[in-house]
Amino acid sequence: MSVKIKLDFTLNSRPVNIEVPAEMTVLNLLRDGLDLKGTKYACGEGECGACTIEVDGRTINSCLMMAVDLQGREVMTIEGMQEGHALHPMQQAFVDHGAVQCGFCMPGMIIQANYLVKQNPELTREEMKRGLEGNICRCTGYTKVLDAVAAVVGLNERRN
Amino acid sequence: MSEIERYIAPNQLDDALEALAGGPVTIVAGATDLTPQITGGKRVYKATLMNIQHIEGLNAVTKKDGKIRIGSLVTVSEIRGNPMLKKHGGILCQAANHFASEQIRNAATIGGNICNASPAGDMIIPFLVLGAAVELARWQDDRIETRSVPLDEFFTGPGRSVARDDELLTAVIFDVPPENSIGFFRKSGPRPALEISTVSIGIGGDFSDGTLKNVRVAFGAVGPTALRGKLTEAALEGKTLNQDVIQAAALAARQDVSPIDDIRATKWYRTHLIGVFTEELLNNVCQN
Ligand SMILES: Cc1cc2nc3c(=O)[nH]c(=O)nc-3n(C[C@H](O)[C@H](O)[C@H](O)COP(=O)(O)OP(=O)(O)OC[C@H]3O[C@@H](n4cnc5c(N)ncnc54)[C@H](O)[C@@H]3O)c2cc1C
Ligand code: FES
Ligand code: FES
Repeated sequence: MSVKIKLDFTLNSRPVNIEVPAEMTVLNLLRDGLDLKGTKYACGEGECGACTIEVDGRTINSCLMMAVDLQGREVMTIEGMQEGHALHPMQQAFVDHGAVQCGFCMPGMIIQANYLVKQNPELTREEMKRGLEGNICRCTGYTKVLDAVAAVVGLNERRN
Repeated sequence: MSEIERYIAPNQLDDALEALAGGPVTIVAGATDLTPQITGGKRVYKATLMNIQHIEGLNAVTKKDGKIRIGSLVTVSEIRGNPMLKKHGGILCQAANHFASEQIRNAATIGGNICNASPAGDMIIPFLVLGAAVELARWQDDRIETRSVPLDEFFTGPGRSVARDDELLTAVIFDVPPENSIGFFRKSGPRPALEISTVSIGIGGDFSDGTLKNVRVAFGAVGPTALRGKLTEAALEGKTLNQDVIQAAALAARQDVSPIDDIRATKWYRTHLIGVFTEELLNNVCQN
């Protein structure tokens, strides 16, 4: 077993102190070390976006990032989006537009969609498509996903 | 996966270089190449794992004294959105725009892209077109010693370069291109996002009155390393672009490359694409 490293970081606004093996990925730390199963493991190699989380305000694939690199950083996972018992407006929009089917891709999809809107509150539908290229969904066909994001940015539900 | 005995994340370049001089170290930046290589069993960790993301001074893009300097920790996302580079090195932004996905671009560093030395490394192509050099630093006689290597002399094979084990890539540097410079990048794969290039190509130079000068052409995924297209450059240098010149350049481009058959495409198809893309980009230059 590799050397263990002490880490301090902020996870969904709460401080975390933990020891991790040096070679562990962030995804394994979240799911197995911290029992936060919202962030999904699918491809494990950066191709699908199911493991997307926000670190210091930027989204990354947690299956590629090394846990040791979390030192001092701020992390948000899907578990941190909800405000109390109320869904986050992005989550609510996905529900309202029927944008979720099996749901496996959704934690990553919603984190990424929320990030895109924070980056650019006037996002166009084309920009949404570009920004969600790294999130693969096997069920929905994406149209309703785009409708949900469009609703959050106040676009009419154009189909283009 | 072998054992990591020591993990370090230095803030200062001195400390990082001293650690490298002290022997076997695995360097990690965004980890987007390293993690899949480790989990896929293509690579094992060395005794020390060094995270370079916290080293000060490696994450800036600056323009000074006629040179543009991009620190090795600058991410592909930062290049994609950098207004100064859009103006003075637009071909870099084009390549960044066709790179992987937003999540990967947010993590992927240019130092990692170059040091991974993949023949299909997308940021390598625009840097070759811009005539860039890499700055390599190491610890020698109790101080930092740097050297500059032109990028077209850096790669020695797939995954290999002239960088020594004790050297860190600290920056990529190129001359601010003149006002009349142009540059175009094109990459191909079965889908637009998250695609390893089947082939990629970049063409740039100074363009006035329909004539190209100081032409640089670079090709990716068509040989053991990304490479300059010397025959194509010669077919274009000082020429006024017309259909004859463009056809001659497209023919030269096919001779410049030596692709292989692999799971992504055949040698024949790659050679064909290189000709087609050369023609297409030169037509873009004419319409510019
Ligand atoms: C899903 C997916 C899609 C991808 N798509 C593309 C694509 O479209 N185009 C493309 O070109 N690449 C692509 N890549 C590859 C990868 O993202 C890039 O090569 C990236 O730029 C690597 O940077 P990094 O910071 O993540 O490197 P790391 O993985 O941290 O490091 C890569 C290598 O370089 C070494 N290294 C890193 N920095 C330095 C330095 N400063 N000095 C010396 N050595 C160093 C490391 O030891 C390692 O060997 C993709 C990868 C994935 C997983
Ligand atoms: S599990 Fe990380 S991108 Fe697929
Ligand atoms: S809802 Fe099933 S994968 Fe997206």
